[in-house]
Amino acid sequence: VSLETQSIASAEAGSETVRRTTRQSDGGNGKRNGGNGKATVTPGRRSANRRETIAGYGFLAPWLIGFLGLTIGPMIYSLYLAFTRYNLFTDPEWIGFDNFIRMFTEDPQYIQSVQITLVYVLVGTPIKLAAALGIAMLLNYRNKGSSFFRSSFYAPSLIGASVSVAILWRAMFSTDGPVDRSLSLFGINVGGWVGNVDLVIPMMILLAVWQFGAPMVIFLAGLKQIPQELYEAAEVDGAGPIRKFRSVTIPMLSSVIFFNLLLETINAFQVFASAYIISNGSGGPAGMTNFYTLYLYKRGFADLQMGYAAAMAWALVVVVAIIAFILFRTQKSWVHYAGENK
Amino acid sequence: VSTTTDIPRAEFLESALEPQPERRRRIKRRSVNTIIWFVVLLAITAVVLYPLVWLFVATFKPSSEFAQNPGLIPENPSFDNYIKVFEGIAGTPLWRFFTNSLFIAVMAVIGTLFSSALAAYAFARIRFRGVRVLFAAMIGTLLLPFHVIIIPQYILFNKLELVDTYWPLILPKFLATEAFFVFLIVQFIRNIPRDMDEAARIDGAGHIRTFTSIILPLIKPALITSAIFTFIWTWNDFLAPLLYINSPEKYPLPIALRLYNDATSTSDYGATVAVSFLALLPILLFFIVFQRFLVDGVATQGLKG
Repeated sequence: VSLETQSIASAEAGSETVRRTTRQSDGGNGKRNGGNGKATVTPGRRSANRRETIAGYGFLAPWLIGFLGLTIGPMIYSLYLAFTRYNLFTDPEWIGFDNFIRMFTEDPQYIQSVQITLVYVLVGTPIKLAAALGIAMLLNYRNKGSSFFRSSFYAPSLIGASVSVAILWRAMFSTDGPVDRSLSLFGINVGGWVGNVDLVIPMMILLAVWQFGAPMVIFLAGLKQIPQELYEAAEVDGAGPIRKFRSVTIPMLSSVIFFNLLLETINAFQVFASAYIISNGSGGPAGMTNFYTLYLYKRGFADLQMGYAAAMAWALVVVVAIIAFILFRTQKSWVHYAGENK
Repeated sequence: VSTTTDIPRAEFLESALEPQPERRRRIKRRSVNTIIWFVVLLAITAVVLYPLVWLFVATFKPSSEFAQNPGLIPENPSFDNYIKVFEGIAGTPLWRFFTNSLFIAVMAVIGTLFSSALAAYAFARIRFRGVRVLFAAMIGTLLLPFHVIIIPQYILFNKLELVDTYWPLILPKFLATEAFFVFLIVQFIRNIPRDMDEAARIDGAGHIRTFTSIILPLIKPALITSAIFTFIWTWNDFLAPLLYINSPEKYPLPIALRLYNDATSTSDYGATVAVSFLALLPILLFFIVFQRFLVDGVATQGLKG
């Protein structure tokens, strides 16, 4: 089995992954109900079922232990901690909604952290996805020679979250660094971006946009699935490039856009290493790199306010859940899946 | 479905009908387009890769040069930075950080492959009570922000007195907590026709036999993709070792890098840059060798990268 099978499997690129998970679960349900609904269950069949169950949980055991012990258990415990005061050494003390009330009324640092994180996510993610889609379309124009570019553009996605790249980025954007000097050539003298309250978020967004390669590769796989006839038909109808983009590319790609939007948004909320390194762990200048995860880390592990940090974590879960919910709910109106006639 | 096969045919038909000069002009326009295409993409490549090239060249700049010369070419290139960093920091030689990172990453790869492949087989091929709910729960964890579990996990490992050991970094991998890889392998197994393992089942093979001798050899590409991504993500991971590892001699590279960054960023920039580059080097080499696996893996499953 060569890699080709996997490339072919990308016939169901990112787009399908979302759909297939939902569809699969329906399929499984239907089949199993059919099996259970049978009035005559022979003893042999029942023991076969039991064997399957034992085998299933046997294979699943490592995952299940991790799921219960390292995901579900901790989630429940952190939900409890969110309503307590806890410093790791004395027992947690129940304080009701105090943490949440404090977050929104008495903690300007928290409010600022939420604001800059939202700016980073809501500005950075669309720019990143637009760059990814634009360059994917450029690559899709011609097959020959495009794989070199595809790989080159993907490289930053692989290393972008590393400490090395954060250090590199800080060097690039520091006073008299390469970016500063290049801009001076055009008469723009902004100085270093790192210590500048107005420019440090744009600098972080540029770091995110630099990693456009991962969504680009997914877009490219999606673009290759669009039947060429649709463009030809649109051309016959006299559609220009913009019309073709709006009426063919976007609808045919909407499921991939949805998938990328969901993943990239959730990932963007979790930015940590680069903010930590660029600000030396301080979140500065003036709290402008104090992104949500960094602030949570400082509250939980530097100040040992574990209850407060747990409350912050749950507030984030609620926000992410709401965003995911909105995306999933609205997808019916704008996401078009192949094979549907609308 | 590729565009290249369709275009020449269409062009051939058109060219048969249109007069010669027109045709020559079309071909000319097409090659002009191709040249523009190449130039634009090369320009983007230059912008995208410039930081990495700059980093590589900067490792040869003496520390004193960084302030005056932000350009690409060092004025007085030397290996001083490398010679200096090999001595290490905080009483620990540099190679130690590399072997620490390597150990953690290799264990993470073994753990992830083992646990994810088993779980994926169960989700994809065994029908049992509860599988549907558990699969949905697994998908749910894909979207769960990790923040919500790091605090209790830390408390747990602290209670177990495993802080400042590698257990908190490695144990979760053996329990398939990175749901992405379970999902990736599930998708891969579902694309394998059922006939083969059903034939094996009829011949009396149990699930263990079917898994090891039928499925495992067929999912090798998915396993390789998972292995490479696990290696790279673990190698780059910053938060987990920052939380759990306290002794400098146990530091993996990213944490050691922070040490350089804090201690020497003002006085010895060259050393920081050199270690940054050395830390990226294995990943970049990995990437050059395995780029097709990586890029195709992303195209297929939409890994976050």
